[in-house]
Amino acid sequence: MSINEIQDQIINDFSLLDGDMEMSNIYLMELGQKLTDLPEKDKIEDNVVKGCQSKVWLTAELNNDNVVFYADSNTAITKGLVSLLVRVYSNQSPQDILNSELYFIEKIGMSRFIGTQRSNGFGAMIKQMKLYAIALQAKTE
Amino acid sequence: MEKIIQNIDIKAIRKDFPILSQQVNGKPLIYFDNAATNQKPSSVIHALTSYYSHDNANIHRGNHTLADRATAAFEDTRKAVQQFIEAKEAEEIIFTSGTTESINLVASTYGRANIKEGDEIIISGMEHHSNIVPWQLLCEEKGAVLKVIPVNELGEIEFSKFEQLLSEKTKIVSIVFASNSLGTINPIRKIIDKSHQFGAIVLVDGAQAAAHLEIDVVELDCDFFALSAHKMYGPTGVGVLYGKRELLESIPPYKGGGEMIKEVTFENTTYNDIPYKFEAGTPNIADVIAFKNAIEFINKIGKETIAEHEIELLAYATEKIKKIDRVKIIGEAKEKVSVLSFIVDDIHHFDIGQMMDARGIAVRTGHHCTQPLMHQFNIEGTVRASFSVYNTKEEIDELIISLEKIIKIL
Ligand SMILES: Cc1ncc(COP(=O)(O)O)c(C=O)c1O
Repeated sequence: MSINEIQDQIINDFSLLDGDMEMSNIYLMELGQKLTDLPEKDKIEDNVVKGCQSKVWLTAELNNDNVVFYADSNTAITKGLVSLLVRVYSNQSPQDILNSELYFIEKIGMSRFIGTQRSNGFGAMIKQMKLYAIALQAKTE
Repeated sequence: MEKIIQNIDIKAIRKDFPILSQQVNGKPLIYFDNAATNQKPSSVIHALTSYYSHDNANIHRGNHTLADRATAAFEDTRKAVQQFIEAKEAEEIIFTSGTTESINLVASTYGRANIKEGDEIIISGMEHHSNIVPWQLLCEEKGAVLKVIPVNELGEIEFSKFEQLLSEKTKIVSIVFASNSLGTINPIRKIIDKSHQFGAIVLVDGAQAAAHLEIDVVELDCDFFALSAHKMYGPTGVGVLYGKRELLESIPPYKGGGEMIKEVTFENTTYNDIPYKFEAGTPNIADVIAFKNAIEFINKIGKETIAEHEIELLAYATEKIKKIDRVKIIGEAKEKVSVLSFIVDDIHHFDIGQMMDARGIAVRTGHHCTQPLMHQFNIEGTVRASFSVYNTKEEIDELIISLEKIIKIL
C-alpha cells in the first residue's frame, strides 16, 4: 500500500470513533500495545527522540531498498501515535517517505500533538524518520 | 464543614468566572491546574477592557486627563498590594513581570553588588527553577557557592540541616514559601530569624503563597518577597517584588531606560527614587490596574475563608485518593497549601493527563519546573491537582472516579 492509502485507512479507522477523545486515547493505546517492542539494547540515549514528557526511541534499517522503522515509547498514548507513524512509513522507499505529506494526523484530530510542548517529540519524530530516509537512501544508490 | 457551606456560596462564585462554564471534549470543564495559573473573575476581565476602552494612556509622564486617570489607577494597585502584604510603604512595592523577574532582579542587583568569591547562597531542594537558575548564574559569575537545604521523604525541609549550612559566609537565603509541586508550606518565619542571626538577607518566593496564606512582610521580617498576579486571580505578565526600603535604596538599578531616571546627560545619569528606579520603560499598565480587582476579589471573600475552603478540598481529595490502589501521594508535609501531587504505579503521568483531559479535567503533569526535587523522589514527574476557591467536592469526586477508571483501563 502507498503512504497515502495507509493514511486514508487510518483516517477511516478513526472516523468510527466519532471524535471521542477518550475512545481515541484508548484506541491509540491498543495500537501501541500491538507495536513490536524495541529490543532493550536499542533503548539507548542515541536513539531517543526527545519530547517534553514522553520518551520515544526510534531506529531504522533497509529491507529490499525499503525503510523499516522500529520505535517505542515510555508512555502508552505516545506509543500509539508512534505506531501510526511506523505503520505509515515502514516498508516505503526513502524517496516516497521524503516526498510524502502527512495529512492523517490532523484528520484524526491529533494535531494537538504536533508543535506543542507536550509533543515536541512527535514533530521531531517525523523529522527524524525523514532523516533516516535520507541516510538510508544514500545506501541504496 | 457546615460552616463553610454557609459562609461561601461557591455556586455564586463560579458564576463570576466565565471560563468555568464551558465544555471540554464534551464534558464540563473541571479546572485543577490552579497552581500553574488560576482563572480570572469577571471584575478582572472587565477592568482590562474598561481600561483600554476609557483610560488608556502612558503613565507618570503625561499632562492630560487620561494620563492622570491611568497613573492614579496604576498607583492605586501599588497601594492595594502594599496593604495586601502589609508592607510599610507603597514605595517598597515594585512591579515586575512575575515572580521569575522579581527573583532575577534581586540576583542581578543586590546579588551583583554584594556577593563576592567564596560567599554562600542557600536555597532549598524544593525550589522552582526560577529560584535556582538566577542564583546559579550569580554564583558562576562571582565564584560564590550555592548550598541546598535537603528535603525529607514527606517533602519537608530538614531544618537542622539548614542550621548546619548557615555560617558567616551565608549572604543570601532564597526560599519558597509554599512548594508548587508538593504543596509544602515552609517555616518561613523561623528560616528568616535564623538567617538574620548570621547576617544573611532572605528572599521569599511567595508565588504559591500569595493567594492562599496570610502575608505580613513586616511581621515576617523578610528582606524581599516575590509574587505573581496570575496565580492570584489576576492577569498574566504582572508580578511584584517587595523589598525593604533601605535595601532597595542601597542597590543599583536593574534595567536602564525611561521612567527610572531623574536626569540624564551623556556624562552622568542620576536615578529616580524607589520604586521607579526599578521600573524602567512603559510598564504593563493595563494588567497592573486589573490586578487591583483580583486583590479586591480575594479580600471580598476573605483569604482565611478561601484557605479554609481549599484546605477542606485538599483533605477531602487526599483521603479519597489514598484509598485507590497503586496511587502514591508525593508531598505529605504536615502543613500544605491545596496542591495534591501523586503518581500511579506503572502508569506514566503523561497518559493520566491525556485521559483526564479527554474527560474535561485539567491537571498538570510533569516535573513542574522542579527537576532537582523530582530526582530526589526518583521520579520523572507527577500528576498534580491544585484547588482554588471555585472548585467543589463534586469536581473532586469526578477526579477520583476518573482516576479509578483510567487505572482500570491502563
Ligand atoms: C513556587 C514558584 N516560584 C516561581 C514561579 C514562577 O512564576 P512566574 O512564572 O509567574 O514568574 C512559580 C510558577 O510556577 C512557582 O510556582
